[in-house]
Amino acid sequence: MSAEAMYEEIILDYYRHPQNFGTLEKPDIKAKDVNISCGDEVEIQIAVKEGKIAQIMFHGKGCAISQAATSMLTEHVQGVSLEKAAKIAKQEVLDLLSIPISPMRLKCALLGFKVLKVGLYSYLGEKRDGDECEDE
Amino acid sequence: MQASYIQVSEEMPLGKERQGSKEIAVSKDFPILQTKIRGKPLIYLDSAATSQKPLSVITAIDTYYKTTNANIHRGLHTLSGQATDLYEGARKKIATFIGANEKEIIFVRNATEAINLVAHTLHPKRGDMIVSTVMEHHSNIVPWQQVAQQTGALLAFIPLTKEGLLDMKKTNVLFAKKPLLVAFTHVSNVLGTINPVKELVALAHKYGALVLVDGAQAVPHIHVNVKELDADFYVFSGHKMLGPTGIGVLYGKKALLEKMDPFLTGGDMIKEVALEGSTWNELPWKFEAGTPNIAGAIGLGTAVDYLQSLGMENIQKHEQELLQYALEKMKCVAGVTMYGPLYDPLIRSGVIAFNLGDIHPHDLASVLDDEGIAIRSGHHCAQPLMQTLGVSATARISVSVYTTKKDIDVFLVALEKARRIFRL
Repeated sequence: MSAEAMYEEIILDYYRHPQNFGTLEKPDIKAKDVNISCGDEVEIQIAVKEGKIAQIMFHGKGCAISQAATSMLTEHVQGVSLEKAAKIAKQEVLDLLSIPISPMRLKCALLGFKVLKVGLYSYLGEKRDGDECEDE
Repeated sequence: MQASYIQVSEEMPLGKERQGSKEIAVSKDFPILQTKIRGKPLIYLDSAATSQKPLSVITAIDTYYKTTNANIHRGLHTLSGQATDLYEGARKKIATFIGANEKEIIFVRNATEAINLVAHTLHPKRGDMIVSTVMEHHSNIVPWQQVAQQTGALLAFIPLTKEGLLDMKKTNVLFAKKPLLVAFTHVSNVLGTINPVKELVALAHKYGALVLVDGAQAVPHIHVNVKELDADFYVFSGHKMLGPTGIGVLYGKKALLEKMDPFLTGGDMIKEVALEGSTWNELPWKFEAGTPNIAGAIGLGTAVDYLQSLGMENIQKHEQELLQYALEKMKCVAGVTMYGPLYDPLIRSGVIAFNLGDIHPHDLASVLDDEGIAIRSGHHCAQPLMQTLGVSATARISVSVYTTKKDIDVFLVALEKARRIFRL
């Protein structure tokens, strides 16, 4: 795969003008992770309404691939139920990018995905734990 | 028993041939440089991360395992004696190379382990001060943070000037507080700054402080004599100086090392062991617990032979010319920001950290990788320095004895390609 193929216009567009970039005033879900090897970081914030992702924003710094992938992912899950979003597979993110991703860049492409999953799982987990407590 | 050793050195370039040659053309001594990356010749500009190895080093390790492998300091058999001689012979070479006594050369895994050794045997008291700098590699920050946390010692950092030099005014202020130890790098792995070690050591000593110098980015590139510098401790890694990974050196003044407790304990570092207690072996073995990296030490000794055959002055001249060439050419590439001292190439060694427009260093590294060019991108294990520079990451090229002007030219062409791909 060539660099030209990786850095298509659309990737550069998302890198320079990311959608859903910023923070929420009162997020219900907040998750952040750092790619240790390169220092890239992504934080995702989500406002939940009726079990769905009502609003989602991200911020951070990193390479074109990590920033574009995260931005695309936030658009992809907007309005989706938490349960469904938590089940998104890696391949869906790679399909969104629709560019060849070398094994060395997989971590970049999937940083936002990882953060989203951690956020959703810990929220759903807590919620489930909470439900269990109430049941008792 | 030295036969295998001499056999290896025969393959090394002769120092005489190198003298006076303008460019040290030694690429042929480095087998890996024949490698193709994505069908293109490898242009290796990441020597500050780890250097490539000349055939003589590779062969020395190979020959050792094929003909002399045995444990050292233990056996009465011939091989054990030969292996011991090779291992201790390597220590002697390294001692001579940096102007030390062989008892003052402790083999460790790398510079990081050497710093940890000193940090964990220093035993500061609550309130004692340790001074480091903002330009350090994490290896010269984190061990001191740990020790400060465990003992209640205080930790302070020397800030930088805009030019990327240590702020001498603040240095004076901090040293005047009579720290127990100051730890700083000889050459910055990001800025390339060559710190005035001799002056800093003298100033620290004036206030009674011990000095540890991180020489990982210096020993491969410039002439280092620990006695001239008067450093109390000087550390470096073998793999950055054409030697193998897993071997490094702690130099320490004999009188200090003798007073220090051992770091790791176990076999080989003891004199006598009774169940009630043990006594320590003499220097340097007191600090070398367990079977050491014998092949690594031999490989490093051979790397020192190789460096000496080229001559450190020649190496420094060669690399300085390359850096100056690259700095001047890179200045003309639109959108390039370079870090570190730019006005005086004589106080810079080894590396040029830079950014190109709004291209993230990783993306830049990807584009260059496409052209067979290996550069480093990221925070270079120097996050506090990145914060000071106001960036999250940079790209970095670094040079070594085998780097050529042609390598720099290929790199410059690739920078233009990156600009095209990113529509800069």
